[in-house]
Amino acid sequence: MRSLILTTATRYLLPLMLLFSVFLLFRGHHDPGGGFIGGLVASAAFALHGFAYGMPEARRVLLFDPLKLIGVGLLTAVSSGLVAPIVWGRPFMTTIWSQTSIAALGKLGTPLMFDTGVYTTVIGVTMLIILALAEEDGDQEEEAI
Amino acid sequence: MHEAVVDPRLLPVLLSGYTLSLIVPMLTRLLRQMTGWFLALLPLALFVQFLTMVDAVASGQILTANIPWVPSLNVNLSFVVDGWGLFLALVVTGMGALVIIYASSYLQGHPAIGRFYTFILIFMASMLVLVLADNIFLLFIAWELTSIASFFLIGFYHEKEQSQKAALQALLVTGSGGLALLAGFVGLTAVSGTASFQEIQAHSDLILQSPYYLPILALILLGAFSKSAQFPFHFWLPNAMAGPAPVSTYLHSATMVKAGVYLLGRLQPTLGQSSEWFVLVTAVGAVTALLGAWLCWQKTDMKEILAYSTLSALGTLVLLIGLGTELALQTAVLFLLVHALYKGGLFMAVGIIDHETGVRDVRQLGGLWRQMPWTFTAVLLATLSMSGLPPFLGFIGKELMYETALALPRYAQLLTGVLLLTNMLMVTAALILLVRPFFGPPQEAHPHHKTAFNLWLGPVALGGLALLLGLLASTEAIGESLVAPAVSAIAGGELHVHLALWHGLTPMLGLSGLTLLGGVGLFAVHRRLQPGVVRLDTAVRRLGPERWYGWLLDGLLRLAGWFTEKFQNGKLRYYLLYVLATTLLLVGGTLVFRAGIAWEALTLTPLRLPELLLAAVLLAAVGVVVQVESRLTAVAALGVVGYSIAVFYILFSAPDLAMTQFAIETLTVILFVLVLYRLPRFDQFSSRRTRLRDGVVAVFVGLLMAGLTLMAQSVHVRGASALADYFIRSTEPLAQGHNVVNVILVDFRGFDTMVEITVLSVAAIGVYALLKSRTFHLERVRAEQTAVAEQPSPAEPILPQKEAH
Repeated sequence: MRSLILTTATRYLLPLMLLFSVFLLFRGHHDPGGGFIGGLVASAAFALHGFAYGMPEARRVLLFDPLKLIGVGLLTAVSSGLVAPIVWGRPFMTTIWSQTSIAALGKLGTPLMFDTGVYTTVIGVTMLIILALAEEDGDQEEEAI
Repeated sequence: MHEAVVDPRLLPVLLSGYTLSLIVPMLTRLLRQMTGWFLALLPLALFVQFLTMVDAVASGQILTANIPWVPSLNVNLSFVVDGWGLFLALVVTGMGALVIIYASSYLQGHPAIGRFYTFILIFMASMLVLVLADNIFLLFIAWELTSIASFFLIGFYHEKEQSQKAALQALLVTGSGGLALLAGFVGLTAVSGTASFQEIQAHSDLILQSPYYLPILALILLGAFSKSAQFPFHFWLPNAMAGPAPVSTYLHSATMVKAGVYLLGRLQPTLGQSSEWFVLVTAVGAVTALLGAWLCWQKTDMKEILAYSTLSALGTLVLLIGLGTELALQTAVLFLLVHALYKGGLFMAVGIIDHETGVRDVRQLGGLWRQMPWTFTAVLLATLSMSGLPPFLGFIGKELMYETALALPRYAQLLTGVLLLTNMLMVTAALILLVRPFFGPPQEAHPHHKTAFNLWLGPVALGGLALLLGLLASTEAIGESLVAPAVSAIAGGELHVHLALWHGLTPMLGLSGLTLLGGVGLFAVHRRLQPGVVRLDTAVRRLGPERWYGWLLDGLLRLAGWFTEKFQNGKLRYYLLYVLATTLLLVGGTLVFRAGIAWEALTLTPLRLPELLLAAVLLAAVGVVVQVESRLTAVAALGVVGYSIAVFYILFSAPDLAMTQFAIETLTVILFVLVLYRLPRFDQFSSRRTRLRDGVVAVFVGLLMAGLTLMAQSVHVRGASALADYFIRSTEPLAQGHNVVNVILVDFRGFDTMVEITVLSVAAIGVYALLKSRTFHLERVRAEQTAVAEQPSPAEPILPQKEAH
């Protein structure tokens, strides 16, 4: 069952929500937002897309396998902690900030890298479960037919 | 006094093994059969590096390197090369090179030879860190790494059940000892206030007078004894011989099992000044020495003979270090080298015999000296050194042993007797290993091909070295450059060591002669005595420590099984109940009876109308959730609860939390809907009473959480009147951010967040695996069904033979 309203709305909502999630990620250090909430918003966007167009389509839009997203996310988070000991010889997870700020993004630093890791992991985790559950349903529907 | 010099070579030298181990899988594919020779270059180069340090160390320098790692916990990458560490480093790298060359032929063509190289390199690097670490926690880490490498190497033939069991046993025994050791180290650090061996040694009086001296000593001895296979932990070592010959040679005779001996030597100046040390270490060493020797001469499997004689040698080493006199330490250092040389050679030689003939039992071997001349040469040299015949290094070792025992102020006769008996049995074992396989009439088992050069190189080189070092013993190279610095690193102060083959007609020479006579005598009768002795031992074994290990392991598994059955019965609601009830008891108990809420420190704002209304909505929604019959309604009501809480966050100006709550609620509803789809009709499964119980627990958990929040609000932190004030004031200066919530998440408690996302990932993968395993199962069932449907009925069998006609 496809709803025309849902599919049309989703077509515009998906890019907007994804943009919004990245926006949340970047502004997190100074204003409401952050990697966790950003990741949730992005997941909600993909889930919505899935409900409108079917889960295989959501998987295609996601581009990456959720399992890989989890791995990459965790690796990014851990690496952000390793920057300080490897480059500056400071203890693990000491935060390092750039001195100059970049247009639209602001100052870059290891907390942002860490938050990006959280963002990626959250998308991976949420989508892994949602896709697995929804595709289970697909199986059952087929069985019912 | 020693002069400390920073040596930039140390760190690359110590870490090179780990680096090389990473690219081994690639190298084995690239170099194929030459991999062994290539990899052996590393230990060889390291051996040469360490040789160049000998002069500096002998002249009284100690070489150091220090890199802070976790300075706040006293864990640093600090290394010290002194005489004792250098001596062992030479043994580790020298043996390492020979063993890798030997293994390249011994395991040639084995599909997992790459894995072998990887672990042997990791082991070697860890062993080097172990013997050169100045930080005791660094030593501990290396200690555990050697145990883990040993686990994988013993279990190299992992398809055999015996190997699996032996590997697990070795890991459990040495691992448990390792835990005791860690506790002892923590105690040592707490009492002395430092984690550096050098500084701990300077505080030895502080440790001796501490009330914790005995527990610390006991814990450290547990660790050292289990690692060095001392009684009653000795049983794991003979079982560990299930590993391939190069592993037995390297780990379980020459190096890893000496780690305990090394540590005892390292700590002897710190802990060794008490009678408890003397009694415990000496007695355990003596018992192990005798026990090993006694079990050794009655075996017929050559590898077992070697295993038990290794036990005996380890016991002797521990005994000598327990005695602690300068002469005893000198003997221990020299005997360690003697043993590494002859035992390493013998293990390799026995490996060759096993490799070429497929047999290790001396009863099925004979007359091999003609067919295996190189192996014979190696065994001849090694056994002569083992028996302590001049001019081998073993002779000097034995003379020193007797000299030590005779010069003791206490128990001189008793310990001389112990050593005499042990050495006699060692001579018998050496004769069994030499005479039975190589002389006499040839037996059924014979070598299938010529022994490869790679195989006999190691044992012949080690045997030759035992002879050469014996001949050179009176020169300065051995005594002054190698042994003296090692002894002085333990005993402190400058000292001189003069070794000589000929001391004149001394009591020691008499005892050496007696040892040989006794050993030959026992060899002459051993064939007749052997069956009786074995029967006696089988009876004793039933009550021995290996059985205790079995009982402990069984008990542990049964306890775990009972626990799992009791508390993890597969019903989620009980899991939840246990977790919540435990939290209530522990956290709630602490809150009510120990911590309490400082009500006077709380500033509570007055209630406002919107809050009251929202609370009413929330309560009503909760009422709906627990009362309704329809699942979908329950989920919707739960959503109302969640959104109401989010509105609360907005009312109290926490937009971050509100947004997160909204997103979470939305996704939760989605997940619920996806799951609900699959559940059976909504039924009342639980009785009224259980629901009442759950309700009570739920209410109390809610109260607990509210109480915890109030308590956190009333706490004073670093001058600020409350947690909130502290974070608001510190966020900008400490973390360069304005958003307090996010800064707390990614910075103040960033480590927690990292662990949380890890937990989240593990949970997600768990859910995924559960779902997928079900799908997988369904698919298989479906496939089987179609297979059954497509199968031809038995009434019309297809006969393919007909088509052949």
